[in-house]
Amino acid sequence: MDISKELVMDMYTKMLRIRRFEQRVAELFAAAKIGGFVHLYWGEEAVAVGVTANLSNDDLITSTHRGHGHLIAKGGETKYMMAELYGKETGYCKGKGGSMHIADATKGILGANGIVGAGLPIATGAALSIKLRGSNQVSVCFFGDGASNQGTFHESMNMAAIWKLPVVYICENNLYGEFTPQKDHQAITDISSRAEAYGFPGITVDGNDVFAVYEATNEAIKRARNGNGPTLIECKTYRVRGHFEGDPQLYRSKEEVEEWKRNDPIMRVERYISENGIVSEEKLKEIQKGIDKELDEAVEFAEKSKDPDEKMVAEDVYTDIVEEVRVR
Amino acid sequence: MRKMNYGQAINEALRNELRRDPNVFLMGEDVKYGVLGVTAGIVDEFGEERVRNTPISEEAVAGGAVGAAAAGSRPVAEIMFIDFSTIAMDQIVNQAAKMRYMFGGRITLPLTFRTMVGAGIQAAAQHSQSLEAWFTHIPGLKVVYPSTPKDALGLTIAAIRDDNPVIVLEHKLLYAMEGEVPDENEPIPIGVADVKKVGKDVTLVATGMMVHKCLNAAKQLSEEGIDVEVIDPRSLFPLDKDTIYNSIKKTHKVVLVSEEVKRGSWIGELSAMIAEEAFQDLNSPILRVAGLNTPVPFSKKLEDYFVPNEVDIIEAIKSII
Ligand SMILES: Cc1ncc(C[n+]2csc(CCOP(=O)(O)OP(=O)(O)O)c2C)c(N)n1
Repeated sequence: MDISKELVMDMYTKMLRIRRFEQRVAELFAAAKIGGFVHLYWGEEAVAVGVTANLSNDDLITSTHRGHGHLIAKGGETKYMMAELYGKETGYCKGKGGSMHIADATKGILGANGIVGAGLPIATGAALSIKLRGSNQVSVCFFGDGASNQGTFHESMNMAAIWKLPVVYICENNLYGEFTPQKDHQAITDISSRAEAYGFPGITVDGNDVFAVYEATNEAIKRARNGNGPTLIECKTYRVRGHFEGDPQLYRSKEEVEEWKRNDPIMRVERYISENGIVSEEKLKEIQKGIDKELDEAVEFAEKSKDPDEKMVAEDVYTDIVEEVRVR
Repeated sequence: MRKMNYGQAINEALRNELRRDPNVFLMGEDVKYGVLGVTAGIVDEFGEERVRNTPISEEAVAGGAVGAAAAGSRPVAEIMFIDFSTIAMDQIVNQAAKMRYMFGGRITLPLTFRTMVGAGIQAAAQHSQSLEAWFTHIPGLKVVYPSTPKDALGLTIAAIRDDNPVIVLEHKLLYAMEGEVPDENEPIPIGVADVKKVGKDVTLVATGMMVHKCLNAAKQLSEEGIDVEVIDPRSLFPLDKDTIYNSIKKTHKVVLVSEEVKRGSWIGELSAMIAEEAFQDLNSPILRVAGLNTPVPFSKKLEDYFVPNEVDIIEAIKSII
């Protein structure tokens, strides 16, 4: 497949934006500026970016508890994300959601999710709506290897298959569900093989190769838009950070992590760029600087923003009812 | 007496029962390590057969406990956060709670569910709920809620030894709280309340983390000469009504304190019981101090606002004193 230079650079920039964003988040979490559960996507950037490079603003995605990468790749703005992580009223969720619950419906992001496996039926339902409305959109569902053991996985895929829904299931197999290695939570190695049981294609790709992810998704999305139903794409990748920030990581060796770091998806694109003379090293530095500046501004925006006002706690429960709350 | 924290007390209770009864086994997502470390190290003593990591499959974990119990084991299944019990509701509500009754008492389900409740760590709306009303509403389930290391040790042991499905609610902020526990690992009978502080002017009934806020509030009020009695029911069902009603007979005033969303709460049920059965002993309205009728927000400021605190408790007490 021919991937244009523009697309390569676009994908590279997005991957780097995700990485640099999360590097900041890790620092800010360690400095106790950010609270709650923070699950970093570090090392898996090729999946979100390779997939969403095929999508427009109108297409829909569901994300997971590890959602920063999906959001940024789908066009989520780092300053509103950062403000949300700070719990500020200017954040994507007015400070009510935090890292695990960011959404931006205007960009087709139907939300990160704190419940493992919850996105599968939601993405399937979104695809049903697409079909009923006769629109040309497609729905894409991100989920982990751990999530593939939830009933929602099986129930959703079966439904999508019988109704030939325009949905693409992206399994991010980072080899661990929390602290449990894949071999201890399922007896198969390729999760993609499960698609056969529902009667649609399932494939496994190198999830640290953004081009492989891009191409596989491209095919699957064509299938979906042409009315041929779902595809399951398993992307084999690796989570470089702990399950959450603060995880002591007793369940895996440092050597294993180091090994995977040598297979870093961003380094791989950088190598591709230099080997193919796409842009100069200076240009790459410039891109990095631009991202860092954007992130400085995002952090400043978050720090300068206000905490939500107490009365906001009762807003947005319903569209039309605001109950009285206690006044302290 | 010795000292340990609430998390260690639960860990010890589990070890004690695994040692005592070969039919006991633990299962749940990452129980080998424990997401907040409560079950850590148990696997070293009992092995992976009896301390069993499961896939992320709450419905199969809960239903698996039902089946294993029906077949003669005594499972202790962990549903990591109570929020995830929603996925397992069929097995908990329609299967575990009903089987014995539907089968005319010819089946026994000696199973325990352990789960984390409560707000306070900015875990937001899907990891912070207090869903006690959901479970106390269902005939066939027992629900216990320890607030101290001593209660955690004794109630966990009692839950495991009980021949019925018992749900143990553990408040995540309490795990690190230290306290005295008895030298012997004895069960605390399910259905017996504990008077955490004796007083004569007003009765507070509180659970979990709220017990400690009530004790703080009581201390502050004692400086103003108001003498508060704090009752921790410890078991939400079966409920030790006598201890509560006897206290009301003495104080004639009651404030119920809980972290639940107020609407449809377990303390809503408790206040109805008191109105039906102890009305004659009251000389002021029954008050409830509870979480707001909203999901639990992420922002620290809003989360603090959601959870009742000492100011709210004191204000409620003063309004009827
Ligand atoms: C229903 C539910 N069960 C358990 C959890 C706790 N939990 C959060 S993330 C996680 C592991 C998810 O593994 P996977 O789906 O492989 O995604 P990954 O974290 O590897 O990206 C678990 C068990 C949860 N959030 N929701």
